[in-house]
Formats: sequence, structure tokens, C-alpha cells
Amino acid sequence: MATKLPKVPVVIVGMGWMGGIIAAELAKAGIKTVGLERGKRRKTEDYFMVHDELRYALRYDLMQDLSRESITFRNTSKMTALPMRTHGSFLLGEGVGGSGVHWNGQNYRFLPYDFQIRTKTIERYGAKKIPDGMQLQDWGITYDELEPYFDKYEKMAGISGDKGQNPMVGKRSADFPVGPMKKTPGIKLFEEAAKKLGYHPYMVPSANLADNYTNPDGISRAACQYCGFCERFGCEYGAKSDPVVTVLPVAEKTGNFELRDLSNVMEVLHTGGRATGVRYINTLTGEEFEQPADVVVLTSYALHNVRLLLLSKLGKPYDPSTGTGVIGRNYAYQVNGGGAQAIYEDREFNLFAGAGALGSCIDDFNGDNFDHSNLPFLHGANIRYTQAGFRPIQTNPTPAGTPKWGKEFKKQSLHYYNRILTIGVQGSSLPWRHHYLDLDPTYKDVYGRPLLRITYDFEDQDREMIKFMATKTIAIANEMKATKTQASNTISNYDIVPYQSTHNTGGAVMGTDPGNSATNTHMQMWDAENVFVIGANAFTHNSGYNPTGTLGALAYRAAEGITKYMQQGKGMIG
Amino acid sequence: MPTTPNKDSKPMSRRAFLRNSGLALGGVVLGGAFGTAIWKDREEQPQEAPPGASQTPAASGSYQDALMFFNQEQFRLTEAAVERIYPEDEHGPGAKKLGVAYYIDHQLAGNWGSNTKDYMMGPFSPGEATQGYQGRLTRASMFLIGLNGLKDYSQKTYGKAFPELEEAEQDEVLKAFEKGDKVKLNGTDAPSFFKNLRTFTLEGVYADPMYGGNKDMQGWKMRNYPGNQMSYYDQIEKDGLVKLEPKSLRDHMA
Repeated sequence: MATKLPKVPVVIVGMGWMGGIIAAELAKAGIKTVGLERGKRRKTEDYFMVHDELRYALRYDLMQDLSRESITFRNTSKMTALPMRTHGSFLLGEGVGGSGVHWNGQNYRFLPYDFQIRTKTIERYGAKKIPDGMQLQDWGITYDELEPYFDKYEKMAGISGDKGQNPMVGKRSADFPVGPMKKTPGIKLFEEAAKKLGYHPYMVPSANLADNYTNPDGISRAACQYCGFCERFGCEYGAKSDPVVTVLPVAEKTGNFELRDLSNVMEVLHTGGRATGVRYINTLTGEEFEQPADVVVLTSYALHNVRLLLLSKLGKPYDPSTGTGVIGRNYAYQVNGGGAQAIYEDREFNLFAGAGALGSCIDDFNGDNFDHSNLPFLHGANIRYTQAGFRPIQTNPTPAGTPKWGKEFKKQSLHYYNRILTIGVQGSSLPWRHHYLDLDPTYKDVYGRPLLRITYDFEDQDREMIKFMATKTIAIANEMKATKTQASNTISNYDIVPYQSTHNTGGAVMGTDPGNSATNTHMQMWDAENVFVIGANAFTHNSGYNPTGTLGALAYRAAEGITKYMQQGKGMIG
Repeated sequence: MPTTPNKDSKPMSRRAFLRNSGLALGGVVLGGAFGTAIWKDREEQPQEAPPGASQTPAASGSYQDALMFFNQEQFRLTEAAVERIYPEDEHGPGAKKLGVAYYIDHQLAGNWGSNTKDYMMGPFSPGEATQGYQGRLTRASMFLIGLNGLKDYSQKTYGKAFPELEEAEQDEVLKAFEKGDKVKLNGTDAPSFFKNLRTFTLEGVYADPMYGGNKDMQGWKMRNYPGNQMSYYDQIEKDGLVKLEPKSLRDHMA
């Protein structure tokens, strides 16, 4: 039997970026909250030995323990989904700070086009441009409405970037709070090449602090040292913005916030369209608790949020055969491919050094910044050169055609380690009727609960986009004064094995119509007004960007919504 | 030692035997412990290395240069195989001198070898390649089966133990495992084993020396990788390669 705890105003499930922002904002507004986190506590001091590629990058020290919970995957509904037995395509976080600890820190705002993607696509190209089965839908909010929250989030996190306005992205009300990162010789080559081709390069907005910074909450942090250990690692300097060094201490300092780690939520309890609390298990002792609350906020990552809703039987599950129901709808991902490489025989770069968000990029072929009239795809990609730090186990670059092992492999991988600059593509991922999330009928977690099942594949839309982007990346590479260049321009089917991106989106999307969205634009559930489902699950599609910046803005806006809801005590927040 | 076998006729006679004995699976040669048992009756026995005749480096180095998982034969096989993946050359030592076989031994003895953080619940079904590895074996079990396969395949094809083969022959054996069409393993497949062997080798060459490989940071030195440095703040903007004396995690303990 679960031990029933005293009721609290708000319980927050998951202590990553979303949970941390909500906790800090509510605590500052004087609202008492309890934050539950299934993993353990973490602090900067834990990263004393963090420059360990094997432990963190290849043994997944900061990632979800898959022996307890995983997901299942299939490309199409004709296949039998099978469990993700080891980490691959995406790396789910675990522990205080969540995936916000092991990210690179690339921090963009989605484009104005993204938030009104259906309306703007039809306006410019007509309704026929949207292919059959593509469930393109507006987000129910505009970029301009969200702009103040982008600004707020960026000031909290200390996002570093160029001064002034890049013409390809949404209008900013203020400059980035911190100036841009340092420029490496590779970044300069990319910038010069992009400019020569008439594009508009800018420094990747970075959550790796370019300079010492004190944020509006009074949190002071030191500048990035370019040590080359960001993605999959925690930052021993606290220079990479993460919830543990920004929002969580602010929440805890108020006295209004209590964080309980090792607390894995099993279900949201509800009756008559209202949540009454959550049931969770202490993963250390196995004890079961019921935490009653007036408001339940799910911030446990897109995939876990959706799974919790399905397990709790909250909201109407999506049915791909009819396109009705909303929980599991519009799962999307990130389409990467079409990268090009500039190979140098006459010079070497210090590619072992870097930072997760150190780079330059262009948006000339992102969103609807270019004419799609005669193109067989919609949306686009951010094209970038980044220098995140080449770690030696995972980075053994060789020219195409080199054997994968043996004498020649050794010779070439040593020679080219610091001689290849790669131009990458972060492609958008649009929603399809047959891409969705539901509960697996066969595979269970360690508690006996069904795993979440992902049904997803790349489409012709994606393959055509990648083919197009490859013509752009190779053109840039060709202007980068390299000895030779090479590019790949094909992707086939989505494969869960190689790492691609931890940018899983959709499944409980926001909007204005309960028929095609799970929540309103404050991520408040239509079917249970005291439940807020906050995360990339809210994205109706995924843009050609890393999602965290946009998530941060949405979370700040949702925090306002929750506060308003607490004040008025009932109803949907308009 | 047996004389050099006739490479052209030998596989044929082997297939003939399998066909006759009803053990052929579409022309695939059985490997693993089962296969060995068959060949013990049919062919000359390999000359087993006498105990203690190992050509491993003398016990003068690290106290970590000892075994917690492999037996001596498995260790020698691993050492020979990883050296072909990452051979000694004019740039510096190969995987053998870098201690990669010790590294693999230590990894297989621990959590990674036991797949303690992997989803290992059934039912098990092969699925499609896009769904990832779906075997029920732990990495440690798979590796031992793969080593057994290497041993058997070498014996059958060349009449010698893998470590005794010429380099070119060892490469041919490894290529057969990488490709997988001529090698059948019990409970796993040769390409999966080969993939793990290659990955483990690169890990052992380039992981921090505390794990038992990358001896004296020589893996890092060969590619001018500076290892564990606190900061590149002063180098990040520089043109041309900056050469720094590498540091390991042990430097943090000073």
C-alpha cells in the first residue's frame, strides 16, 4: 500500500530544464511545490573525473538505466516493435538536471514560420502543397507572442551570441545577454565561404558561457574553457547552462520548493477529469507513496510525459487508422544527413578543443526562408559548422573508401584526425498520420508497466530535403579552401542504432483545438485542467533546430499560466 | 605443427563432410564449441601452446596487467586479433603493446560485459537491422563465442591457431568474420562479434589509461590528442596544430 503524504499545491514530475524552470518560477511567486526525480542528485563537484570519454560518452554514465525502462521501436505499423536494448539514436537522460546536463548547449529560437506552419504554407503555396497524410498544424501561438519568454529564458541561461539582428530569424527585442563564443580557424573558413555565396552566417547561440555572467536571478557563473567535453558530459565549471547551476538553486533558496530524488512516478491519479496527485516509488527502498496535489505538472521529457499520460489513462489515445485522439499524435524527430566534409592536406586544426555550441551556421535554407514552389519538400534545415571537440574513441575520420580497420585505417585516421572539417545539417521533421506513440503490447519495464512504442520512419519529404541540403553543404565546403571535399546526399530508413539526436518531439501537442491537440498553449490539458504537460511533446512538428531554446520560452510562459490557474482556481488559461 | 593445408580443396572437403553428416546449413560451416568437437575427430589436432609459453609482455609493468576474465588462450587470441585491427607501424605501437587485450578483459569482467544497464528482458526476436541488436547474450558471452569461432575457423582453414598465423592469414580470418557469410557462430553472428571486437579495440587504444589500455598515453600521443586538459581557452583561436604534452585523469589526483 502506498503511504499517503500531505497534500501540496503543485507536484512536478521530472527535474530537468522544464521542471527546473517551473519550480523556480512558482517558488518565486510564493507557490509551494514538490519536485520528483527518478534519478539521483547531481552537482558540479561530481564532474571531477568528467574528461573520461569511455565512462560518459560510451558507457552512458548520465543516461537512463535501460535495464529498468526503455522504449520499443518499429519503422512502420506492419513491423513488430522491439525494445531499444542499448542506447543509440537518442540518449535519454536521468537524474537531477535531466538531459539538460548532458546537452551541447546549442540554443536556437524556432522561426516565426514554425509557429504558424500550416497557415503560412497554405498562404504561400496553397493547400495542395501539403502532401496527403502530413498532419501539419499551427501551434496556436505566434513567435511575437512568445518573444518576451525567449528573452527571459535566454537571460536566465546566459545565452551567448552575436550582437544585432540576423535577417533570417525572428525579430529580437534585445541582444543576447552574452557576446559570441571565440572563433576558431575552421569557423572563420565556414563564415567566409558562406558569405561569399551570399548567405548570412551567424555564431550558433550558445549555452556555453562565452564570458563570466550573472543572471537576473543573481546566479553567477564562469566562462567556458573550450575543454571539448560537453555533449554526454556534465560541466565541471558550471559554464554550460544546466538546471542544476541555474534554476534549481533559485527554487531551493526560496524555501518553497522541495526536491525528492530517486522518486519514480508510476501514474497520475485522477477522477472526474481532475488529477488528484501522483503515485511514485522510491527506487532505493521500493517504498510506494501517494503525493496528493492541486496541480500536477509533467516535465519528464517528451517521451516519458506521453507514456505517463497513456499509463494513467489521461486524455484520448491517438488512433492512426482514423487520425483521431491526441495522446501519441504527431511524433517527430530530427532529420540529419547531407553533410559535407572539407579535407585539408596542407594544414591542421586543433579539433580536440571546442565546446558543444561552438560554431557558425546559416538559416538561408531553414523554415520557409527560401522558395519551395518547385521543391518536393517543405521546411528545411540549419546548416552549420561546429567544433565541439573531437574525442579520440568516437572520432576516427578517414576519407571515403578507407578500410575500417588495419594498417591503412590506422594510418589514415591518425593523419586526418585534425584535417577534416564537417558541415552538418540539422533538418526539420514534419508530422505524419502514421508516425505516433502508443503503449507496446508485449514489452514491459521493471515494474511491469508497458513500454512506450515509437512508430517512425524517414519519408520522401526527408530524403528530398537531405538531397537538396547536400548541394548546399558541398557548395560551402568547396569555398573553404580545402584540398578536396566530399558529401553524402542520401538517407534511407530511420535506424535506431547510430546516434543522431536526442530531439524527440510531439505526442501531446499544444494548440487551440481539442480535436488535434492535447493541451492549450500553456500546455494545460484539455481533458484535465489541473494537469500541465510541459516539454517537446508540445511541438506539433520539429524545426530545423535544436529544441531547447524554444522549450525554455514555452516553459516560462507555462509557468505564468500555472500561476494564473493557481490564482483563479479553475478553468482553462486563455 | 601440421603442414600448410591446401586452401583450395580443404573447405570443399569440409563442406562435403558437413553435408554427409547432415550438419550443413546452406553451405555454412558450423563453428563454436560444437564445430570444434566435430573436427577433433576428423582432422589433425592443433598444437596447443604449452601453459606458460605466452608471449605477453613480462610482468614488469602495471599491476593491472593481469586477467580477471579471460583464460590464457582467450587472452592470446584477443591480443593477436586486436593487433590486426590496430597494428604496430612506423607511427607507433599497436593494440597489443598498448594493452588493449587487458583493457578488453577488464571491461568484459565488469558491468559492460554483463550488460547491466541494457534492456535484457524477452521475448527475443531478431527483427530488422534498424531495430538494433536483439540478441539475448551478454557482451562477455558473445565475445567468448566469437573467440571460439576465431579459433575453430583458423584451425579449419589453416590448420593453425589464430595467433600462429601469418598476418595476412589473420587478416583473411578477420575479414571472414566481418563479412560473416562463411562463419556460423552459436547464438550470435560473426559480424556482431567483429563489430564489438573493433569497437573494443579503439576504446582500448584511446580510453584513459586507467582502464588498462592506451599504455603510457601512447595511443593519444600518436595522434597529438592532449587527453585530459582543463582548458583550451588560450589555444582555441590559434592557427596551426598546437602540440601539448598529454595528461591523463591520474593528473587530477596529484
